[in-house]
Amino acid sequence: MESKPVFLKVLNIVTALLFVVATGLVFFYAPEEAVMGNVQRVFYFHVSAGWVGMLGFLVAAVAGIVYLRTGRHNWDIIGLSAVEIGMVFAFINIVSGSIWARPIWNTWWTWDPRLTTATIMELIYAAYLMLRQGIEDPDRRARFGAVYAIVGFLSVPLTFFSARLFRTIHPVVIGTNQPGAEGAFDMTAPMRLTFFFSLITFSFIFFDLLWHRIRLGRLADKVEQLKLKAIG
Amino acid sequence: MMFLRLLQDAPAETTGYMIAGYIVIFGVMLVYLISLMVRNRSLGQDLEVLEDLQQQKDD
Repeated sequence: MESKPVFLKVLNIVTALLFVVATGLVFFYAPEEAVMGNVQRVFYFHVSAGWVGMLGFLVAAVAGIVYLRTGRHNWDIIGLSAVEIGMVFAFINIVSGSIWARPIWNTWWTWDPRLTTATIMELIYAAYLMLRQGIEDPDRRARFGAVYAIVGFLSVPLTFFSARLFRTIHPVVIGTNQPGAEGAFDMTAPMRLTFFFSLITFSFIFFDLLWHRIRLGRLADKVEQLKLKAIG
Repeated sequence: MMFLRLLQDAPAETTGYMIAGYIVIFGVMLVYLISLMVRNRSLGQDLEVLEDLQQQKDD
């Protein structure tokens, strides 16, 4: 097995430290929101997880474009890795949002445009993984995966802008809220600091996990090739 | 919300939901980390076996 690069080890440590500090800021530095109470603290990691989800799908789309242009298998591994991580964080985003919604909207779930588009986005990428499972030929799998990741990415801006374009109860962080938005709040300076720190921390988490997942993908490829060699 | 803001003199008691939210957030992240480690270890073992087989074949 390949040994871990020094830079990856440093990234692991930096990411872990950032995560500890971000968690501390969320629970001990950011003030309790005046109306919603402590559940508002979910906001910091809920939005950050959503950001990582979308970042993952963006990286997958870019990797898909580069794969189609170069045909280099490495970009297929990057695309798959980014989708997998994106799905994990989009899932965290959806579930934590549902828990936040329960006391604020008085329901676990509603088919609001933002929630609906986020769910569709998650399902689109779940289908990406299923599609890949169904194709045996690695080149064909990579080509189909690349095209799917590019087309599937259309769901990401649709999800992001859904709370701005359609009538929705979901509040927005950047921009003006819709008149019916429930759960909106004005961020104080400590809240803003905690929020941006969490966003940066989650970006580090994404790139750290991506690197690990790419290494795993390369290892899986190596094993696959040796298996084929052993059979042949 | 504005109406509620006028009537309310203390934040709503929603600590339980916050705890539930963070259990999900930390839990899912932990499960994913463990899944990466398990897959890595299992592939590492496969690689060792396959490399040994290859070595025997070459000898």
